Amino acid sequence: MEQFFQQLTNGLAVGSIYALIALGYTMVYGVLKLINFAHGDLFTLGAYLGMTLLTSLLLQDRLGTAAGLLLLAVMVMGLVAVTGAVLERAAYRPLRESPRLSAVVSALGASIFLQNALMLVYGARYQVYPDILPQNAVSLLGLTVPVVRIAVVLVSVGMMAVLYLFVQKTKVGTAIRAAAIDQGAARLMGIDVNRVIRLVFMIGPALGGAAGLLVGLYYGQVNFTMGWTYGMKAFTAAILGGIGNIPGAMVGGLLLGVIEALGAAYLSIAWKDAIAFFVLILILIVRPSGLLGERVAEKV
Amino acid sequence: MSRRLLVGYASAAVVLGIAPLFLDPYWVDVLNSVGLYALLALSLNLILGDAGLFNMGQAAFYAVGAYTAAILSTQLHVPILWALPVSGLVAALFAALVARPVIHLRGDYLLIVTIGLGEIVRIALVNDVFGLTGGANGIFGIARPSILDHKIRRPQEFFYLIWAFVALTVFLFHRLEQSRFGRALNYLREDPVAAEGSGVNTARYKLLAFALGAGWAGMTGSLYAAKMTIISPESFSFWESVVVFLMVILGGSGSIPGVLLGAALVVMVPEFFRGLASARMLFFGLVMMVMMVVRPQGLLPLRAPRFKRSDLPRAEPAPGAAPGGAK
Amino acid sequence: MSALLELRNVTKSFGGLTAVGDVTFDVAKGSVVGLIGPNGAGKTTTFNVITGNHRADRGTITFEGRSIGGLRTHKIVTLGIARTFQNIRLFQQLSAVENVLAGRHCRTRAGLLAAMVRTPGQAREEAEAVARAMAELAFVGLEGRALELAKNLAYGDQRRLEIARALATEPKLLVLDEPAGGMNEHETDELVGLIRRIQERGITILLIEHDMSLVMRACEHIVVLEYGEKIAEGTPDAIRADPRVIEAYLGTEEA
Repeated sequence: MEQFFQQLTNGLAVGSIYALIALGYTMVYGVLKLINFAHGDLFTLGAYLGMTLLTSLLLQDRLGTAAGLLLLAVMVMGLVAVTGAVLERAAYRPLRESPRLSAVVSALGASIFLQNALMLVYGARYQVYPDILPQNAVSLLGLTVPVVRIAVVLVSVGMMAVLYLFVQKTKVGTAIRAAAIDQGAARLMGIDVNRVIRLVFMIGPALGGAAGLLVGLYYGQVNFTMGWTYGMKAFTAAILGGIGNIPGAMVGGLLLGVIEALGAAYLSIAWKDAIAFFVLILILIVRPSGLLGERVAEKV
Repeated sequence: MSRRLLVGYASAAVVLGIAPLFLDPYWVDVLNSVGLYALLALSLNLILGDAGLFNMGQAAFYAVGAYTAAILSTQLHVPILWALPVSGLVAALFAALVARPVIHLRGDYLLIVTIGLGEIVRIALVNDVFGLTGGANGIFGIARPSILDHKIRRPQEFFYLIWAFVALTVFLFHRLEQSRFGRALNYLREDPVAAEGSGVNTARYKLLAFALGAGWAGMTGSLYAAKMTIISPESFSFWESVVVFLMVILGGSGSIPGVLLGAALVVMVPEFFRGLASARMLFFGLVMMVMMVVRPQGLLPLRAPRFKRSDLPRAEPAPGAAPGGAK
Repeated sequence: MSALLELRNVTKSFGGLTAVGDVTFDVAKGSVVGLIGPNGAGKTTTFNVITGNHRADRGTITFEGRSIGGLRTHKIVTLGIARTFQNIRLFQQLSAVENVLAGRHCRTRAGLLAAMVRTPGQAREEAEAVARAMAELAFVGLEGRALELAKNLAYGDQRRLEIARALATEPKLLVLDEPAGGMNEHETDELVGLIRRIQERGITILLIEHDMSLVMRACEHIVVLEYGEKIAEGTPDAIRADPRVIEAYLGTEEA
């Protein structure tokens, strides 16, 4: 029983990270109907940038851990957001009027480019994150749970809540939702769709970058292939919840994290990475609209 | 087939035919690699270029074929050339089986599923599924092919075996292009709704395209296994699928000569820029992005024209034809 | 005597919206029937249900005495129902003759193996298919354009090409969705003539049209839909005078 709850909380922590990344996929898909394959690599970029800034600026020593991390997060998110905007301008905007396959190929090309660029800069080996987080555990419902695990969940959920409120309650958020429903109509209503798209390509990657930072801090190491694994799983989470659906991405992420953790613990650890793929294929066959979302099958 | 294309193929055949006599074994082996990738690219072209199905998991079928041949060779001592068609068949059946539940999915989703499938196959191979695949170390000791008691061992000998298969493939696939089957794939690619509405069983042709493409990749896999005598899951990663995909896109999706050119370029260009080996994938990524903006149809988009004026009969008007015929 | 096509209580809803509600009508063999109604009346949805693009929630569709509800579209084509689309769905990058050849697909058999091996039977079948395709092109007056890419044809020619493709499937029933869409008066006149010639071949025709002059001239029998329900049915003269139809169509100039 104890093991079950440990795995459960672990799954929630990982799942909340998947959810943060999934939001990036879902928002871009909602507005552009395009799967941004490079998103996972933006997540990796966040992780590496965090590491570089952490070791070079030593903010945690100058400002204290909490304030230092906050400033670090803001910087990382900002940088990744800018990268996202540049990516949109370079790889996607020129192909707006082109057939689907072109955008898909370009997205893949961007992903390959980014991933290998990171490898060339940082090397192929695992890089270690400075160990700055408190290691103590806390007693929760009779279990000993590491504080960081709770922190990861709280931080992620917190950011997602902010995003949700932003999208639901602000004018800009409504513009994003409108563009996701019907770009043409949104344009006719006076919404600057280009601006919305640029914004989506900044918010999504920013969240992804934050997730990268979290992963680096939580697991202590990063590698250029992270984007591939986390990206696929986050994408599965987005599909699971219903692609284009923001609450769906959150639900999907948490659910997938838990399924994966429990699956690895009780079924087989060797197949852990395959679990997400199985879930993905299963969902697309059985319920393509996801738990909360849209149709993906060809209507012939 | 147009005259120019025939001349092109004939010239290439002559040059390739005498190449092993002048090149040292290293370069002959490079050409062997080009040949194998050409086969893979042609097999993917059927699925992606002709039928228009987004597939980034071709390495999975390549692996299934290679491992089938390896297992048949090492466990049952089946001569590798006999294993060739069996590998193709197994890969084709595998493809038909896994594609069936997902074939109706829209483009980018099918792409993701094929990526997932590729990964599942690779993970299964590493985890030594059925106890047959040898895990991460793979299978070794695969027999060399032999024709009429002559064992094929040197790169030059493999060269002729591989390129003979390439020539056969090019011939058969060009035939396919011009047939009812080839046309059905084109209709499917251009507009599946219109195709279905015109009486083409789109679901069946999607599966057939997958199965045929997979089968060919599987046969290529057995050639690969015979040449390397050792195979392991590393050779069948997602990146292999990406490279083959790139070859098709670069050369010209749907164009047989284009795809051959794509394979040649992707294998040979890095050979001339050895110093930048680690930046190879970086370069590929960049090429993919730039190609889509600058030349999305590929470098050599030669779809053979289906009909010439001389192919068309003088029409016998159907009952009650329009008065005054052509405008 | 049973009709060629019989719809009984056909209903199709999308979410909360009932696009087609309890629609019943017959299409007699050899006739030309028009399906008309204001926008949103459910005409194209009815067509889609007949051709298998949608599946009816309730009701039956019987073709030559055989129930076809739930069959895949290509199967329905082989049984003898061919269609054209409201928004012209030609294979734009292919030539006119290749487009029409698509229609011959279901009437020919050569498979994968025959393609690679080129048996004499296969060669003969190919030649016949091409000849038949050319014949249909000549029938609609596009013989001279056989090698032109579909996307390069004039709009009116594209519509006729779609009809040729449908005719190539040897249909017993031809279902035309707004065949006169975008045509001028002269082209519409020619279309009326084409419809008559198709009828003379023994093919039954069911069409959707907004152009009332075409409907009144070409159709022997008219079915009127409004908001998914059948509100009237009869000869052109009867429909022209029907008060409910006039009310539904308030604003239509050509009658």
